[in-house]
Amino acid sequence: MAEQILMKGNEAIAEAAIRAGCRFFAGYPITPQNEIPEYMAKRLFEVGGTFIQAESEVSAINMVYGAAGAGTRAMTSSSSPGISLKQEGISYMAGAELPALVVNMVRAGPGLGGIQPAQGDYFQATKGGGHGDYRLLVFVPASVQETIDLAGQAFELAERYRNPVMILGDAVLGQMMEPVVLPEPADLAKIPQKTWATTGTGGTRRPNVINSLYLDAELCEKHNYKLQEKYRQMAEREVRYEEIGLDDAEIVLTAYGTSARVAISAMKRARSEGIKVGMIRPITAWPFPYEPFRKTSERVKAFLDIEMSAGQMIEDVRLAVQDRAPIFFFNRMGGMVPTPKAVLEEIRRIDHSVKGDKLGGRLGV
Amino acid sequence: MTDLECVFAGFGGQGVMMMGQLLTYAAGMVEGKKVSYMPSYGPEMRGGTANCTVVIAAESVGSPVVTDPDAAVVMNQPSLEKFEPTVREGGVLIVNSSLIGLKAKRNDIRVVYVPANEIAVELGNDRVANMVALGALVEATEVVKLDSIVESLKKALPPHRHNLIPLNKTALDRGAEIVRRHAKEQVKD
Amino acid sequence: MSVKVFERPKALSDVIFHYCPGCTHGVIHRLVAEAIDELGVQGKTIGVASVGCSVLAYNYFNVDFQQAAHGRAPAVATGIKRCLPDRTVFTYQGDGDLASIGTAEIVHAAMRGENITVIFVNNAIYGMTGGQMAPTTLIGQSTTTSPGGRKPERAGRPIRMSEMLSQLEGAAYIARVSTHNAAQVARAKQAIKKAFQAQADKKGFAMVEVLSTCPTNWGMTPREALKWLEENMLPVYPLGELKTEPGLPEPSAVKTTVPTREVKTE
Repeated sequence: MAEQILMKGNEAIAEAAIRAGCRFFAGYPITPQNEIPEYMAKRLFEVGGTFIQAESEVSAINMVYGAAGAGTRAMTSSSSPGISLKQEGISYMAGAELPALVVNMVRAGPGLGGIQPAQGDYFQATKGGGHGDYRLLVFVPASVQETIDLAGQAFELAERYRNPVMILGDAVLGQMMEPVVLPEPADLAKIPQKTWATTGTGGTRRPNVINSLYLDAELCEKHNYKLQEKYRQMAEREVRYEEIGLDDAEIVLTAYGTSARVAISAMKRARSEGIKVGMIRPITAWPFPYEPFRKTSERVKAFLDIEMSAGQMIEDVRLAVQDRAPIFFFNRMGGMVPTPKAVLEEIRRIDHSVKGDKLGGRLGV
Repeated sequence: MTDLECVFAGFGGQGVMMMGQLLTYAAGMVEGKKVSYMPSYGPEMRGGTANCTVVIAAESVGSPVVTDPDAAVVMNQPSLEKFEPTVREGGVLIVNSSLIGLKAKRNDIRVVYVPANEIAVELGNDRVANMVALGALVEATEVVKLDSIVESLKKALPPHRHNLIPLNKTALDRGAEIVRRHAKEQVKD
Repeated sequence: MSVKVFERPKALSDVIFHYCPGCTHGVIHRLVAEAIDELGVQGKTIGVASVGCSVLAYNYFNVDFQQAAHGRAPAVATGIKRCLPDRTVFTYQGDGDLASIGTAEIVHAAMRGENITVIFVNNAIYGMTGGQMAPTTLIGQSTTTSPGGRKPERAGRPIRMSEMLSQLEGAAYIARVSTHNAAQVARAKQAIKKAFQAQADKKGFAMVEVLSTCPTNWGMTPREALKWLEENMLPVYPLGELKTEPGLPEPSAVKTTVPTREVKTE
């Protein structure tokens, strides 16, 4: 086994990307993700790659567009307000079918918001963000190691589907340090050739064009059908989630990223009190793991969705669970992280409520 | 004790982050426990108080953000005021009495006063005050072995600074000693 | 026996342009293609199309192409060139794209001295969207969003991108040329070729601003438009090489005979 080292989330994601073959990074400073460009500025040149501090978030994503179109494994990172600015480029990349990694270390919003951790960008990441009908593969890791593992796979999947992949982290994930094991660097020679990339025709083939413009509506519809078919395949094959203690669970917690870590702490404490709590932790926010929720909803008493937002993922949970079980909600916003203690209290309250349910107690939201 | 949630807090420059990182390294890398380290960041780091949280667990670490820690090390007065009320009942509070004239108000936690800066000066280097405090914490919580901290120092310090390891080790021991003495006094009481 | 005296440049695709009659985009496309042919770089050239009338440029050049978002062509070109430094990368942008929505991108690409070639087509109006005011629109020039003529107190004064960018150290070659007569077209060709040569010589950022017409949105015949360009645009946008870094070919070839009247500052 490779050596374990202690790494900060932001630096780990950068190193993992480089090891996965990322050779181009363009970004713009914004807290709380500055360690990513800083690390890239130092490391990318060592491996023969390129780092550019762009004049704006908009430029950064468009540099990534150019680099990805030229066949290079490219990425950018930012935090919420910066990701809003990048949406134009992300939509263009989805439209032009360009693979790349976009990292969003989410902070509080709306507007300038704050620099503390939040999860208010779930809708933006999973339901669009930019204009037009497109989807991103959205990973929501909950530990530094998982961030590394997913960053490693991100480029491969982005290239397989020719689609941008987003890692939706948050300030806690970016700032915290945990012991991790890094993968071996990828063999760049083994990365599949991109026959579609604009590298110059060499006088041997017809020109390649990277483009999202289809002025003819019929052709544009055809292009959209093609994209939708791709998203359907992604939804079919790329759903990831973790189930914890569902076997005997009566109350199922659900949360992603930092909220999931808080939920796990609360779950442990609740279990020690004899409350049968389990958990479904989405690892992909898009495609969302509807199936485990649907299955579980037929036999559990309640769900508790925990988010650092006003309630965004809960809409997907509702789509999956429908009216088969009550869904409760616990949240903090604006950069506040829910405490395990507060979540535990909520679990206790739900436990009483669902037990009293048979006697006509209150149902969830 | 195997599981521990601990907060380190003080002024920027007091080596608060270093304490947290050394404990993290010792627990995770030397002793193979699960561990998370979470620093405060952003404008609050610019000249104000700095703090970090270390969560150590035998199995898996849940929340890396902690609101009611098992232990806190406070290196200055604002930190005492901020974190004393948060320590969990029965927990540990290490107070740097060199810089904090106030006494803690809680009597449901174990409070140990450590004149960290005075001891550090006595040892010839004011900058090891954080090691004195860390030694006290490790002794009071027994979450890792002191040797594991020394082992971590070897990794944390660049080779040309390894000559400082004996000094740091002495500082850790002096901190631990105060806790041991405190424990005996408690027994006498 | 017939002798071929004129043919389509190899770097130009055999398709019909969608441009309006009298528009000079077609001429400028040809000049770019000729420069690519003459430098023998067709197989290693990657163009970046912008948004505006030249949005379909990727259909007209027989080289690899990327279509960029509005104004972002210099950023896209930066990404390509940094990854493929031995390729020839150029952007083809209009005045709305380069001088308005993409101001940041062009300024910073020049500041970084990106080793790319920029073809900047300035016709003092938004063509594709139907004749709105551009930052390059002349004072008094009537457009759909400056009815009755551009008024400086409401909409500022024409922006001179070439002068502006030539102040930057990263810019190696900046020239302004025109297409209003055959002699000027010939000079434009020389400047465009130099701008590609500058890239081949790794000199840094090179841009040629090409003054162009928009008969459709100016509401003129093609002939009137050329005359209008000469009489009205040249005084505001004087022709010539604004910057030639040492090591570039002598600037004499692009010297203009058109009087470069002093620009009124009021």
